[in-house]
Amino acid sequence: MWLRPSAGWARGRLTPWLFLAPALVLFALFKFLPMWRAVEMSFHEVRPYLGDRWVGGANYQQVVTDEAFLSAIGHTLVLAVGQTGGSVLLGLALALVLEGTARRLWIVRTAVFLPTVTAMAVVAEVWRILYYPAADGIANSLLAWVGVGPSQFLNSPDSALWSVMTVGVWRGAPYDMMIFLAALAGVDRTLYEAAAADGAGVWRRVWHVTLPALRPAFVILLTLAAIRSLRVFTEIFLLTNGGPNGSTEVLMTLIYRLGLERGELGVAAAGSMVLLGVSVLLTLLVGLSRRGRTGKAVT
Amino acid sequence: MKNRQLDSALGLDARTGPLALIGKVVLHGLLVLVFAGPLLALLVSAFSPVSDPTRLTLLPTDFTLANFRAAFDRDVLRYLLNSFLVVGGGLLLQVGVSISAGYALARKRFPGMRLVLLLILSTMMLPEEVLAIPLSLVLSDLSLIGSLWGMIVPVGAWAFSILVTAEFMKEIPLELEEAARLDGAGDLRIFWSVVLPLCKPALGVIGIFGFTMIWDQYMLPLLVATDAKQFTLPLALRTLRADEQVGVGVLLASALLALLPSVLAFLAMQRQFMRGLTSGAVKG
Repeated sequence: MWLRPSAGWARGRLTPWLFLAPALVLFALFKFLPMWRAVEMSFHEVRPYLGDRWVGGANYQQVVTDEAFLSAIGHTLVLAVGQTGGSVLLGLALALVLEGTARRLWIVRTAVFLPTVTAMAVVAEVWRILYYPAADGIANSLLAWVGVGPSQFLNSPDSALWSVMTVGVWRGAPYDMMIFLAALAGVDRTLYEAAAADGAGVWRRVWHVTLPALRPAFVILLTLAAIRSLRVFTEIFLLTNGGPNGSTEVLMTLIYRLGLERGELGVAAAGSMVLLGVSVLLTLLVGLSRRGRTGKAVT
Repeated sequence: MKNRQLDSALGLDARTGPLALIGKVVLHGLLVLVFAGPLLALLVSAFSPVSDPTRLTLLPTDFTLANFRAAFDRDVLRYLLNSFLVVGGGLLLQVGVSISAGYALARKRFPGMRLVLLLILSTMMLPEEVLAIPLSLVLSDLSLIGSLWGMIVPVGAWAFSILVTAEFMKEIPLELEEAARLDGAGDLRIFWSVVLPLCKPALGVIGIFGFTMIWDQYMLPLLVATDAKQFTLPLALRTLRADEQVGVGVLLASALLALLPSVLAFLAMQRQFMRGLTSGAVKG
């Protein structure tokens, strides 16, 4: 009997934690524990069965000086900028063209969105076929129509990175389109009427009314897309696996190769930490700039 | 009078007349061709006899199931079954974990809540790709390498699903809960018979997102599978492509099988998907 009240008290206090427990356990095991081990490993030379050896910042030093890492960082940045910019611009164009309530528009939007819900592995295989580097390959046939010579696409160091970027834009733009469409739906129509009353044409309306209203969507999409493309892995792994000649090697494929194929876990972990640092920094920066802007708007 | 021209930024939808109509049809046809064309070509080609790896066809030639027969000979049914087991198990776990955690976050006030919320949010900044190497070590410590469980358990907790569920549960009026409590219902009962039935739309959102996200997983299965027996279908495509004896038809048929479930799920639950897309994007 004497247990009753205290058990009741404990139950009341414990209830939220019981409901949270599954999530917290899974996060601890599969997010925070790996995170902790990554930090640890990045300062050690990891030697299975021999015990790890503390090496201080040597792994990090290797990451920022090693030529393979530097060129991978370069490719990652080129890809992040190109893919992000390309899909945001194309996504905006698509959204402007496909905005509206007609049923036909809805069908076209759905069709355009399909690449985004298709598994990346499938997208990669389809594009490998499209990119078949013979003169009668599909992409090359299309190029021939517009009078451009056949390209090697994924097989040549000159074009491989661009070819991968095209696939990224193709798959990313429809996603951006949907976000822009949602933002466009929230634009105040009376502003359009006011602009029309002031004699503004379509282009001035877009420039002065629509685009400013889309600013929050731009910020969100640029951040999300930039962070996503920093850690691009699957499409590279499947389309080129870093080749030809290392011309598409990005940070994640290099880290994967180092960690799981060559067993240099410490250096791989240091590379991951650098990547993580950059993406967190990017997120925080954008978050801060957004807060600053809305703060200004309020005061 | 309402000017339809002003319903959208460009006013394209409202423009009428034969020239505008032709322009729209051409433009929209082109867009569908560029974005859906390759996938449609995959669909058609998977049912056509193919010998040439450079060809995908949009126009059906002789209908054949030979590609699928060849694919089934290469164990594609097993990969498909693995994919379904992973997506089914992972989704079940994820939905359970999310509604449970979401309930605590939305309906309870307790010390440490802000910290928990912060921890959950921070996992959104810890992408699986970046943690792949140490994650594979943790998975091996837990003996999850080489088993489908290794692909199922880690996808169980996903911050997006928890946050969407919590946001949704906050909207449910507290009065309902209080009334149930007066009737003598405990937490579990309130959770099960009051809150859960009211958040079916949220379940739709996290269900469809969880499905496409788990189906799209590549890195995790790659880390976990030690043998082709554990391959999911997306993972298997790479080996099927490399198999030169069988030709591109097997790849086409398998890729189509890997494409269909997520696309069909999306088409069936489009509205929920759009809702999740905008809420997910706005909340980061």
